Amino acid sequence: MSMIFGVPVAVLSGQLLLGLINGAFYALLSLGLAVIFGLLKIINFSHGAFYMLGALLTVVLFNTLGVNYWMALFLAPLIVGIVGVLVEYFLLRKIANEDHIYSLLLTFGLALVIQGVLTNIYGVSGMRYAIPEVFRGGVNLGFMFLPYYRAWVIVAALVVCFGTWFMIEKTKLGSYLRAGTENSKLMQAFGINVPLLVSLTYGFGVMLAAFAGVLAAPIYSVTPVMGANILIIVFAVVVIGGMGSIIGAIVTGLAMGVIEGLTKVFYPEAASTVIFLVMVLVLLVKPAGLFGKEA
Amino acid sequence: MNLMKKILTAAVASAMIAGTAQAAISNNEVRIGYLADMSGTYRDLAGPNGLTALQMAIEDFGGQVHGAPIRVLSADDRNSADVASSTVRQWVERDNVDMVAGMVASSVTLAAVRILEQNDKLGIVSGSAASSITNEHCSPNHIHYVYDTYPLAHGTAQAVVQEGGDSWFILTADYAFGHALEADVEKVVLENGGRVIQKVRHPFPTSDFSSFILQAQSSGASVVALANAGSDTTNAITTAGEFGLTQSGQTLAALLLFLTDVHALGVEAAQGIQLTTGWYWDMNDETRAWSDRFMEKTGVRPTMVHAGIYSSTLHYLSAIEATGTDDTQTVRRHMMDTPINDMFAQNGIIREDGRMIHDMYLAQVKTPAESQNEWDLYNIVRTIPAEEAYRPLSESQCRLVNN
Repeated sequence: MSMIFGVPVAVLSGQLLLGLINGAFYALLSLGLAVIFGLLKIINFSHGAFYMLGALLTVVLFNTLGVNYWMALFLAPLIVGIVGVLVEYFLLRKIANEDHIYSLLLTFGLALVIQGVLTNIYGVSGMRYAIPEVFRGGVNLGFMFLPYYRAWVIVAALVVCFGTWFMIEKTKLGSYLRAGTENSKLMQAFGINVPLLVSLTYGFGVMLAAFAGVLAAPIYSVTPVMGANILIIVFAVVVIGGMGSIIGAIVTGLAMGVIEGLTKVFYPEAASTVIFLVMVLVLLVKPAGLFGKEA
Repeated sequence: MNLMKKILTAAVASAMIAGTAQAAISNNEVRIGYLADMSGTYRDLAGPNGLTALQMAIEDFGGQVHGAPIRVLSADDRNSADVASSTVRQWVERDNVDMVAGMVASSVTLAAVRILEQNDKLGIVSGSAASSITNEHCSPNHIHYVYDTYPLAHGTAQAVVQEGGDSWFILTADYAFGHALEADVEKVVLENGGRVIQKVRHPFPTSDFSSFILQAQSSGASVVALANAGSDTTNAITTAGEFGLTQSGQTLAALLLFLTDVHALGVEAAQGIQLTTGWYWDMNDETRAWSDRFMEKTGVRPTMVHAGIYSSTLHYLSAIEATGTDDTQTVRRHMMDTPINDMFAQNGIIREDGRMIHDMYLAQVKTPAESQNEWDLYNIVRTIPAEEAYRPLSESQCRLVNN
């Protein structure tokens, strides 16, 4: 068998694929953050909590009302999105003109409250959610066993990521959004309801997080603290990609998944650190991030 | 004059007696600090319900000891050695806490007991697993009560090797506990004629284990052992199921599984897994009766850690009652001299290294058909006698043991 640095190529290709799948989660989550920061300049520290809410809702809706996976895939993000709109309307709007640090602290506090209350109710051992019937089992690719569900995750994530990028960069609605944040007074003069756009954008951003949460529910243990663990990594991804850059978030998310996956083979102890190492290097060389525009 | 002298002497003497009686219980109050992970990965196996178990013990003891009230303080260590150090320091130096109970993550425990030793206060460790706590890190100021990595390795690993699992892949949580468990397991595997093909250490905590499971699959080992705990273990087991690890002929051995973990996994996913435990709620009438009371208060069945916190607190309070003092060394000596016989342990003995030795149990998770209700989870396969389960004193590196 051919080897690279003492690791068989077959093992390495399996790890690359898995890295890409994990990267799909990072991409989805950092995309939501990037949309919210890029358009609203809000550093959304409750993003992890919304991701967790998406996963938790999937489980709770199934356990109490028997809502199946496909319904949850739409319902959970929708509910979380509405919560997001309410949060924007009642809380974030009040401090919209203050320094970024205020929205950071507010969303961070909110995340702690949501997480704390749910920990009290559900504990942290984690809840199980069965993989949907159609995705049970997997396929042997020769170099690895690929569960069907993981394949679905990467397809679903990439479709949603591309759709979001297309909507913001290529459609009329997207151009309104970008213009509204650039010069909201002028846009309002044109008769466009900018505050509504802002609410909807925040709601959409957290919907992406909840969508990632639903995708995660069958494969990770669903606990109220699952969002806190992933949030910091996702922030690092956004910083590496360039704060607010849509395409940067997607590409960096996938790339960091792969880098992390390879680290797990060559030096597993550093797997949780490697992304931050990359972040430090990128900030030293290109402070605006890989895809960021220099201010 | 002579009479006056006699009266004075008597007065002074009685004052001295009264004085010592008062000083016997410091601050006229016994203060117990409960330190545990109250909100993170290890919350459910000890956490807030461990505090309930502690309070149950105090209630059952009558709310006071040797005439002095008992006060409980509690804190969340957030699985951080730094937080644990500063909390325990504050407790012993400012709040005059006499005994610290709970303690889960081994790194937290090692930090806490160091400060207890500096201040000559007592620690009763119920949650932690690292056998090093009473081996190279032993001290005259702490007792390790419920279990440790030595019986975990001996119970489970020995059973698996003897069933023919001779080549091992060990996946280890990268901190004190994981390292201790890995070392103990490797020793058992080698002693029983097996070999360890590969050892991989994962960061603590890890949520995605797919990469490690893939490495385990390509290692070709017949046994994949998980030397981790809590959600790390349950995540790894779920992922192993998803990637068809056991279908391809590999055996999965979880070295530390708590009742709450198995409950979270469900019997469907966890059936057939062998594990070593220090206690199980459904062993006899006594354990069931206590567990029913516990469940009334908490809504869940107790883990071995919960039961151990209850038992050790009663044992501690009984020692104060018997000796009439909360002086650390007097109480510890009495605890060591008195065997433990309650719903948690039969003939449990605290050795000079601080290790409480008692029978351990090799259990197997029931199948969905066998399990009568959501907490009906284990079949006890074998009782491992205390002397066989724990590291013999002759192998001890503890400085309190004369070797």
